[in-house]
Amino acid sequence: MSAVIENHHDDHHHGPDKGLMRWVLTTNHKDIGTLYLWFSFAMFLVGGCMALVIRAELFQPGLQLVVPEFFNQMTTMHGLIMVFGAVMPAFVGLANWLVPMMIGAPDMALPRMNNYSFWILPFAFGMLLSTLFMEGGAPNFGWTFYAPLSTEYAPPSVTFFIFAVHLMGISSIMGSINVVVTILNLRAPGMRLMDMPLFVWTWLITAYLLIAVMPVLAGVVTMMLMDIHFGTAFFNAGGGGDPVLFQHVFWFFGHPEVYIMILPAFGVVSAIIPTFARKKLFGYDSMVYATASIAFLSFIVWAHHMFTVGMPIAGELYFMYATMLIAVPTGVKVFNWVATMWQGSMTFETPMLFAIAFVILFTIGGLSGLMLAIVPADFQYHDTYFVVAHFHYVLVPGSIFSIMAAAYYWLPKWTGNMYDETLGKTHFWLSFVGVNVTFFPQHFIGLAGMPRRYPDYALQFADWNMVSSMGAFLFGFSQLLFLFIVIKCIRGGKQATDEVWDGAEGLEWTVASPAPYHTFSTPPALPERSMA
Amino acid sequence: MTDQSAQNKTTLKLISVVFGMFVFGFALVPLYDIYCQVTGANGKTGGAYVASETLEIDEDRLVTVQFLANNNANMPWEFRPSVRTLKVVPGKIYDTTFYASNIARATMTAQAIPSVAPFHAAEYFHKTECFCFEKQQLAAGEQIDMPLRFIIDPHLPATVQTLTLSYTLFDVTELAASGAAE
Repeated sequence: MSAVIENHHDDHHHGPDKGLMRWVLTTNHKDIGTLYLWFSFAMFLVGGCMALVIRAELFQPGLQLVVPEFFNQMTTMHGLIMVFGAVMPAFVGLANWLVPMMIGAPDMALPRMNNYSFWILPFAFGMLLSTLFMEGGAPNFGWTFYAPLSTEYAPPSVTFFIFAVHLMGISSIMGSINVVVTILNLRAPGMRLMDMPLFVWTWLITAYLLIAVMPVLAGVVTMMLMDIHFGTAFFNAGGGGDPVLFQHVFWFFGHPEVYIMILPAFGVVSAIIPTFARKKLFGYDSMVYATASIAFLSFIVWAHHMFTVGMPIAGELYFMYATMLIAVPTGVKVFNWVATMWQGSMTFETPMLFAIAFVILFTIGGLSGLMLAIVPADFQYHDTYFVVAHFHYVLVPGSIFSIMAAAYYWLPKWTGNMYDETLGKTHFWLSFVGVNVTFFPQHFIGLAGMPRRYPDYALQFADWNMVSSMGAFLFGFSQLLFLFIVIKCIRGGKQATDEVWDGAEGLEWTVASPAPYHTFSTPPALPERSMA
Repeated sequence: MTDQSAQNKTTLKLISVVFGMFVFGFALVPLYDIYCQVTGANGKTGGAYVASETLEIDEDRLVTVQFLANNNANMPWEFRPSVRTLKVVPGKIYDTTFYASNIARATMTAQAIPSVAPFHAAEYFHKTECFCFEKQQLAAGEQIDMPLRFIIDPHLPATVQTLTLSYTLFDVTELAASGAAE
């Protein structure tokens, strides 16, 4: 197989350059995908270390390891880095690698811009992380940076935070424009929108969400910048502004943002479950419509994050019912995944294990979300560990499990080698146990009334906090095993076949393993409606 | 190979959406104010009231109005209502004052921000004159009785028997200075 690639290489003089400049100047979607994935993994470890600082401090009641000021910086930076540095770039990396290969395109539509969108990120996060060493410390106002905490009472480093958010926003917007233009213009001849794999569909919809809400985030941080430095009073009540306005504008961005982090995960799982159940995806059309409905609903439910600000009762009722409506399309999806597995000849390789865990644990997170949507109940749950448990269940065993599932599923295609299945399964079980031991007890302490974002707590929460911290360290350190497995797989292993998995469908499995540097330079002939 | 102009067209459309949404983010600010004014959400009261109709005086009804004064964080002034509660007849004009004293060592400027509870009663609380309509500047040690003249609208829903008018006093010395410099 490698001989074939060599010939290809010689014919076109289009192989990768040598050395560091290959990565700096590359416009190849596979190189950029790889860069995004490594970057996001690095950020995952950095954000993870911050989570471990938090959990170590919370291992026992009282203040042991860090001062409260630093604890606040850790909760803030952990959230920002995991959301903007780990989860979002990982999905952009997957999109870069997979979207062109899945639709039979030679590359992304705007390759130079693709290079810029990636290379902005190290600067953005370099700037964000540098605030840790500044006078007054890093941002300490929580990842939701509510005004006036983030304006009047913020440390001086907030300006760097604002510019870092601007850069991340520009990067995401450019990346999303690229995805949309690629999908709408570069599909292989004959591939209709409803023929596209679900991962491509979910990314198309996610990209639209990003294009719609990242500018609003840029707007809200610009308003903060003006309040802090130019004497405006968008959020300063004394000057005629309103801090509650901040929450509205922020969550108008923030709610679609949480779907930005989960819709591509739906796409990944919808690719993996059919493969290992050896059945077609149940209800393809309904999956597409459900994704689109979730995306639409995400724009009109934002105020459920702020039921306690003092809203008119009509507003609370509206946001409660609108939020609960989201359970319908989400339920359709979960039903379809289960129906796909129904009577399938299932095998349980690592990607499938992560995908099944995703379905189960994401559903748990979704159900606690429904509990939070109930206005009178939310008044009790608001800002407790119940909320922390809820969004970590949808983000860690949700988004992050799906990213790991995707990594295991497509690694053989990317590297040409099979990963070590035994180690992969070990990694899965350690992560699965770790994640549940960490976050399930947080439901209990949250319902018992422990507030989030504090470095200390009352004695009655001690036992479950200790359990949660032990789970966190188990989960955290088992990710080093993931790193080892990936490196081992890149360096060698059993040669992967082109199809890799015997139930896999899609254009990416028709090219060689490892995927040559250039694929689909001429558009592929589609197999007769096999995608539909 | 691929239709370059179609790609450019899609790209330009998406970029215009980006700019549109950036502007929309800022448009949310006036939209929010209008929404709050129309619905009275947030307990926001309007500006100076000009009677558009003669209000009928409902002598049989008494509404309790409570006055609260709060200082925002880091605001050193003494600030309190001269009278804590008034029993008022809807439709009649009432006068009261709030006392403020600058106990700091420097001249300071303050702005009082009103809020009415329950929220849905905010639109029935009319102020014809209020110290909250302008900034208050006091030299160190200076004190002042600040006037408030108000009418409770007789259309106030019958379920509301007590209204609370709360003022929060903000230190806007810096904001006023930078505004004056412009």
